Amino acid sequence: MSQPAYSVIGTRPIRHDGADKVTGRALYGADFQMAGLLHGFVLRSPHAHARIKSIDTSRAEAYPGVKAVVTAADLPESSDRMVDIGEGETPLSYVRGNVLARGKALYRGHAVAAVAAASLHVAEEAARLIEVEYEPLPCVLTAPEAMLPGAPLLHEDLHTHELGEKTSTASNVSEHFRHVMGDSEAGFAEAEVIVEREFSTSTVHQGYIEPQNATALWNNDGRVLVWCSTQGSFVVRDATACVLDIPVSRVKVTPMEIGGGFGGKIPVYLEPVAALLSKKTGRPVKIVMTRKDVLEGTGPTPGSFLRVKMGAKKDGRIVAAQAYLAFEAGAYPGAMVGPAGMCVFASYDIANQTIHGYDVVVNKPSTAAYRAPGAPNAAFATESVVDELAEKLGIDPIELRLMNAAKEGTRRADGPKYRRIGCVEVLEAMKNSEHYRSPLGGPNRGRGVAIGFWFNVGLPSSCTISINADGTANLVEGSTDIGGTRTSIAMQAAEVLGIPVDRVNPTVADTDSVGFTAVTGGSRVTFATGIAAYEAAQDVVRQMRERAAKLWSVDPDTVEVDRGQYKQNGHSMSFADLAARIGETGGPVVGRAAVNPKGVGGSFAGVVVDVEVDPETGKTTILRFTSVQDAGKAIHPAYVEGQMQGGSVQGIGWALNEEYWMSKDGAMMNSSLLDYRMPTSLDLPMIDTIIVEVPNPGHPFGVRGVGEANIVPPTPAIANAVSHATGVRMTRLPMNPPAVMAAIWSKG
Amino acid sequence: MSSNVRVSTTVNGEPAEFLCEPRESLLECLRDKLNLTGAKEGCNDGNCGACTVEMDGRIVTSCLVLGVEAQGASIGTVEGLARGSALHPLQTAFLEQAALQCGICTPGFLVAAKALLDHEPDPSEDRIRFWLATTLGRCTGYDKIIRAVQQAAREMREVKA
Repeated sequence: MSQPAYSVIGTRPIRHDGADKVTGRALYGADFQMAGLLHGFVLRSPHAHARIKSIDTSRAEAYPGVKAVVTAADLPESSDRMVDIGEGETPLSYVRGNVLARGKALYRGHAVAAVAAASLHVAEEAARLIEVEYEPLPCVLTAPEAMLPGAPLLHEDLHTHELGEKTSTASNVSEHFRHVMGDSEAGFAEAEVIVEREFSTSTVHQGYIEPQNATALWNNDGRVLVWCSTQGSFVVRDATACVLDIPVSRVKVTPMEIGGGFGGKIPVYLEPVAALLSKKTGRPVKIVMTRKDVLEGTGPTPGSFLRVKMGAKKDGRIVAAQAYLAFEAGAYPGAMVGPAGMCVFASYDIANQTIHGYDVVVNKPSTAAYRAPGAPNAAFATESVVDELAEKLGIDPIELRLMNAAKEGTRRADGPKYRRIGCVEVLEAMKNSEHYRSPLGGPNRGRGVAIGFWFNVGLPSSCTISINADGTANLVEGSTDIGGTRTSIAMQAAEVLGIPVDRVNPTVADTDSVGFTAVTGGSRVTFATGIAAYEAAQDVVRQMRERAAKLWSVDPDTVEVDRGQYKQNGHSMSFADLAARIGETGGPVVGRAAVNPKGVGGSFAGVVVDVEVDPETGKTTILRFTSVQDAGKAIHPAYVEGQMQGGSVQGIGWALNEEYWMSKDGAMMNSSLLDYRMPTSLDLPMIDTIIVEVPNPGHPFGVRGVGEANIVPPTPAIANAVSHATGVRMTRLPMNPPAVMAAIWSKG
Repeated sequence: MSSNVRVSTTVNGEPAEFLCEPRESLLECLRDKLNLTGAKEGCNDGNCGACTVEMDGRIVTSCLVLGVEAQGASIGTVEGLARGSALHPLQTAFLEQAALQCGICTPGFLVAAKALLDHEPDPSEDRIRFWLATTLGRCTGYDKIIRAVQQAAREMREVKA
């Protein structure tokens, strides 16, 4: 099938917010200024688990320059209920409890109180004067530890949801789920080669460079105005309203530019606290986290313990698979083990599967999403086992994957049957890549491959497009722009309108000015908000046809439109000429759309990586890295490549260096960017990309969404490469030099 | 509380004066007193490079410099890169190469890269990677940033030639 010829889609225009972002003019949350602004500072628990016996704020309140102090006692005490904010339903008490600890501190870094003062330095000094009496309690830091009988309990009222049924025993396990397809035991009985291994991955942080921030003004009319850097302005609105127990209509959120998120800027932390401080002082209050606050107080992604067993026939057909997934949720349930269960065998067509998942609370920060949350942990295990199967079977690792690859019609153990997907095409692109066909060369080197899946999401988006008399279009949308989506959305509208993309002026609006739009997450923005822009542009085209018909006194249905040219029986006008006459043909033209698209297309990604391991130090160097991903249709190929490169490098950091290094009593020992070691430019080669395009039938241009799947295969691909280089199977992340040396020494 | 000190300095070629407490960093002074919010705070301990500015011809992380140390110094920030309405070749290259996603690290990378190209017009890829390792980015994997610096270096050499 030949691809339709597009004018705008597939080109690489300069982003609309580009000039602001290279001149330093773009305003991020911490850049917000306002007359009378106060500065807030949050006091955090020094204990990983402690009962809060009392809080005495009197000395802080008396400190010169201090305007207000708040604790959990200032939060409303409405009865608990489930609230739908961000990515699914969660109990309000958990959201509120994480904003300011009530009764117990559940992790080191848990917010306990906050101070507002005329200067940040004064607020910080005063916060140190707050006297909190703690009764330290024993803490648990890993899922296996927290699951043991008799383990210290974080929440005395947390009862396990056991296969959908609520049990009566208090436990740190909030949920145990199971997906079954076929009969995995019978499958293993039939298998001729079986590999089973245990894996563990450390807690890692999204590592966005901009710390969380929020400014709030509890205005004199009772409305709460918020300016912040968030992945979802409506999430902040709804969560702030829930936590403060006020109607959503009383909260207005203006999204500032956002300096990275990767899933970590979906939850609210500071907004309700700043609002409470503003209510007490009558002045706007700004709070910006320190880096230590970010690492200790915001949601990283779960550490995990996994066991995966897979069995194959000698011909390479994988006939059975089992997975045991225990994920650390941090202080409150919600470890993203559900998505891990959906993705663990998602790349393969395996008849017999059993998947067990456990969501386990531990005394670490409440975890948040991080780019395909749960899937990289799961793929680390599965793709390592598949690699070992390939070795044992003597089959090329890409060939083995191709023999078992998921296709249209393949059913996943959690239920869904795939529509058109690009798993095979991604594997073929890896196999045919210049990289894979090139020799590896040199001692202490290894090559690894892996693939991974992320399902992507749809969710609601809204968009309006108003036409200007000079032939341009103002596009208003609600998806905060974290990586160039103003442009990828404007491009889709421009394609429909038949005008150049620089004639579309996109704006990310506040929550009063645009219809509800869900988070910038789940790789959904170019897909779902793209559909909203597409539909709004179609609405404009429909109205423009009516205007042309009016000018020519013909039936609108007879007006044809081709790339912005309106034609009817000898009449012809360009979009711009028609726009110049909207005043005389009926006034303003505004297109609108509100969508909740269901045709989400999952994305597969693959990696080929070459490494060299220094046998003296255990240091792994990435020699060459190729990232392959099915974009469906790449609206802006440079931004697709950018997503693939960014996800790849986060995966490299996850594989080789990044971890929460915890003391026994639950203190993070490396809570700075010196010691929490993210990759620098010097640690890396260029990241080669191959964009595969298997159009998603659920999007008018075929878009799948590319933000996430690319972080799934890097960790196992690197683990496979290191394993081949050292001759030892690597089963723990990170594979930092000490871990690699230990593995080498274990060979004897 | 400490009393304010008056600091006279030059920022982006223009004289600038501000009052600050001795404990306030140059970053705080640039952002809060001179309203130059292009330099960002990512860590406040010199490890992320988002606050990188030029000070008397060398790059510094402005979170590790006190405001009072700027007395008599010449400071260059991202706001001073463009000449009027004309973007600096690095700024243009960053846009053309799609070298930014969220953009929060961009000012630091631009200031650091300018300092490199001012002294070394034809740096190798390794040299660029070494020099820019002072600045952390999390969105791009650095690939397109390196390519943008290479493009700008090429263009700046051609203009000179």
